[in-house]
Amino acid sequence: MVSERYEPAAEPAAVPIVTKLLIAGGFGSGKTTLVGSISEVRPLSTEEDLTEVSVGIDDTTTVAHKRTTTVALDFGRITFPSGVVLYLFGTPGQERFWFMWDELAFGAMGAIVLVDTRRLADCFSSVDYFERRDTPFVIAANQFDGSPRYSQADIRDALDLEPDVPVLICDARERESVKEVLITSVTHSLARHRSRATLATQADR
Amino acid sequence: MALRMTGEGERWFDREAGPVVRPYAVVRGRTRAGRVAPGLIDFVTATGEAEKDQFGLGPEHRRLLNLCRKPVAVADLASDTDLPLGVVRVLLGDLRERDLIVVAGPARQDSSEETVMRSVLDGLRAL
Repeated sequence: MVSERYEPAAEPAAVPIVTKLLIAGGFGSGKTTLVGSISEVRPLSTEEDLTEVSVGIDDTTTVAHKRTTTVALDFGRITFPSGVVLYLFGTPGQERFWFMWDELAFGAMGAIVLVDTRRLADCFSSVDYFERRDTPFVIAANQFDGSPRYSQADIRDALDLEPDVPVLICDARERESVKEVLITSVTHSLARHRSRATLATQADR
Repeated sequence: MALRMTGEGERWFDREAGPVVRPYAVVRGRTRAGRVAPGLIDFVTATGEAEKDQFGLGPEHRRLLNLCRKPVAVADLASDTDLPLGVVRVLLGDLRERDLIVVAGPARQDSSEETVMRSVLDGLRAL
């Protein structure tokens, strides 16, 4: 058996500065489309123990040997000329994959909750999750062709949002629109970060 | 039969056919990555150490090792190899145990969270 020797790099390559944003929302709200409009979409899946995933959901009595299931994730990457890398992770739409959210959310700069106004209730659980976790998030209502038009104020009311949570109307197919959503999200996270830092400084006094 | 690790577009089977070996079998039924599992955007780099232990490393281990000669994010490794994240983590755990890789969290030691956010904003605006 031939053993390959891996030559060490002349000097260790620097680990780039990276961060991530989450794209949440109900099944079919346009997460995959949004990620694809702004970044290279990459295949990513995870294989999870069925015991953790689907107690009471999948009938596994007839498939005694099937112990894992595969979950596909939306995954995008934008490398900026500065070398900074932004990763986009879509959260699995189905509630049975809730257990994955904590990992996806860990260390995330912020989150975008994509909303289909025809099925507003689908995003309630995402909103609850980010509120509980204290992750800064924005609401992006994906305007589907033929879906009723609502104002930002209507959507804010319907979702009972905190006043500082930005609400946007977007088209997940349009790069410029998605760009605006991402910029709003990062701006919101930055503002939140600064106000927290100020509060912490005041508390120290 | 050895699974030939080839470049893009050259495969012995297509995606529709599914993997020849269930990913779960690649890691011999293990689902835990040992110690602390690396995060999705933690970076993995090969140390360049020669393998002391000749046994126990499979083609997937070698493939991962090849891919991380330069720092690579865990999620990118999973995507590049078409292996599920959980499987990649277990394999990385094996490599780490043999000191063949090091794992680093996102490098923020020199840049504050605010600096990172600002540079992402600048980058997005310039897209």
